[in-house]
Amino acid sequence: MLPETPPKLPATPEEEAAALRAAATRSRRSFLALGLAGIAGLAGWRYLLHTPDADGIPSGLRGVLDANARLSNAYYSNTRLAPEFAAARARTPRVNGHVGLDEAGFDPAAWRLVVQPYGRSARQEFSIEQLKALPRTEITTELKCIEGWSVVVTWAGVRFADFLARYPLATRSGQPLADPNHPAADAAPYVGLATPNAAYYVGLELASALHPQTLLCYEMNGQPLTLEHGAPLRLVTPLKYGIKHLKRIGTIRFADQRPADYWAERGYDWHAGH
Amino acid sequence: MKVVVEKHPLAIRWFHWLNFPVLALMIWSGLWIYWANDVYRLGWGRTTLLKFFPQSFYAAFHMDHKLAQGMSWHFVLMWVFALNGLLYVLYTALSGEWRYLLPTRRSFREAWQVVLHDVGLRKEPLPPRKFNGAQQLAYTTVILMGAGSLLTGLAIYKPTQLGWLTTALGGYEWARAEHFALTIGYVLFFLVHIAQVVRAGWNNFRAMVAGFEIQDVPTAPTETTAPAAPSAATAVRP
Repeated sequence: MLPETPPKLPATPEEEAAALRAAATRSRRSFLALGLAGIAGLAGWRYLLHTPDADGIPSGLRGVLDANARLSNAYYSNTRLAPEFAAARARTPRVNGHVGLDEAGFDPAAWRLVVQPYGRSARQEFSIEQLKALPRTEITTELKCIEGWSVVVTWAGVRFADFLARYPLATRSGQPLADPNHPAADAAPYVGLATPNAAYYVGLELASALHPQTLLCYEMNGQPLTLEHGAPLRLVTPLKYGIKHLKRIGTIRFADQRPADYWAERGYDWHAGH
Repeated sequence: MKVVVEKHPLAIRWFHWLNFPVLALMIWSGLWIYWANDVYRLGWGRTTLLKFFPQSFYAAFHMDHKLAQGMSWHFVLMWVFALNGLLYVLYTALSGEWRYLLPTRRSFREAWQVVLHDVGLRKEPLPPRKFNGAQQLAYTTVILMGAGSLLTGLAIYKPTQLGWLTTALGGYEWARAEHFALTIGYVLFFLVHIAQVVRAGWNNFRAMVAGFEIQDVPTAPTETTAPAAPSAATAVRP
């Protein structure tokens, strides 16, 4: 009860009865309003859940996920780093995905990274030696699975940004991306990566690819990658869940449109991280 | 003589009733997410008192294999949960309702007395205030828990860009555990809350829907001194 407004006492029994009748009406209306609001809310939520399917979830929900991503992309900065840990804390992550790795007769020795440069048709190929000749970066970060578990792992490889600073693949003009924090205006907005058999594929915004902790990785916990962990080359980025850490990169292409993403086609958020 | 007394402002009733289904769906979709890595338990060493959750629990409610669906629900409804909570805090701050809700130094002692009263060990009546000490503590704590859910949730949602927050909360795995523990806290709050609402009766429940309570006021011999009549209205302010 509010001390500021002491209730007015009815002067007569008739007034009291009238006040109680008015209260009963008000109560009825309030319960009715709450009930109707509940039904309206339920109907609204059901409507949202019955919007046309958009890759495994209702488009109404997918739209909100994309709006969330626009907001987090606006806040995103390449200068914010994922926490790094002492290498002694590194463990071997569980092998949680084989999609794209079951290609019969895959020969790591014959493997080449195939890159489709932005806005040009001629493909370029890179051997693992060419990639290993680029500056080597080692980081110990948390690998976070979308399922909810995480594990500290030491990764080594070449930064995606260093690769693009050396090879002018991501710009229409053919200029290398000298400053990953300020990519050229004619740089591709998206990067798509796929296994050699194209069975598993992921997409990234260019900004995520250029993050200083995003690696084209060839070593895990001080050892060369094993096949089940993605040899000869895999993607590593603490910005994203494990589902984006594509194993056995076969092709990289730069794109104007959001590239297809294996798990995003199965109900998950295309952005899946930051 | 019966008198109609205003109790809960309309805004607070709306915040309350919107929060109820939204938090319920947040918990439900949270369980779909949690299923994918259901590692928490109460226990020590190899002794487990309670596993969150037994397989039969997921089976009974068909909660398995719904991670993607759960995440999509969670990241839509989080907006309603967060905005509703922020508006509630803003409203209580600006309207002055916070005076009834925030605990004071007396609240802790009074909360203990309320507990003793509710388990039948103390016969004195409860303080005739809108919210007693136990309620002040409970309703303020649950708002802080809401803020905690928002922060721990953000810490596991954007652990790199909000890395400072994740680190402040003890790291990614701790933030996830805290997020889960807070959810268990809501369930416990809910159980006590429902029991107390049932116990307090219809008049109290109706006030949360319609806003008013009907009080019995002893008919004063001198009707000219009306403002002094409802004894509760003179109750000390918190």
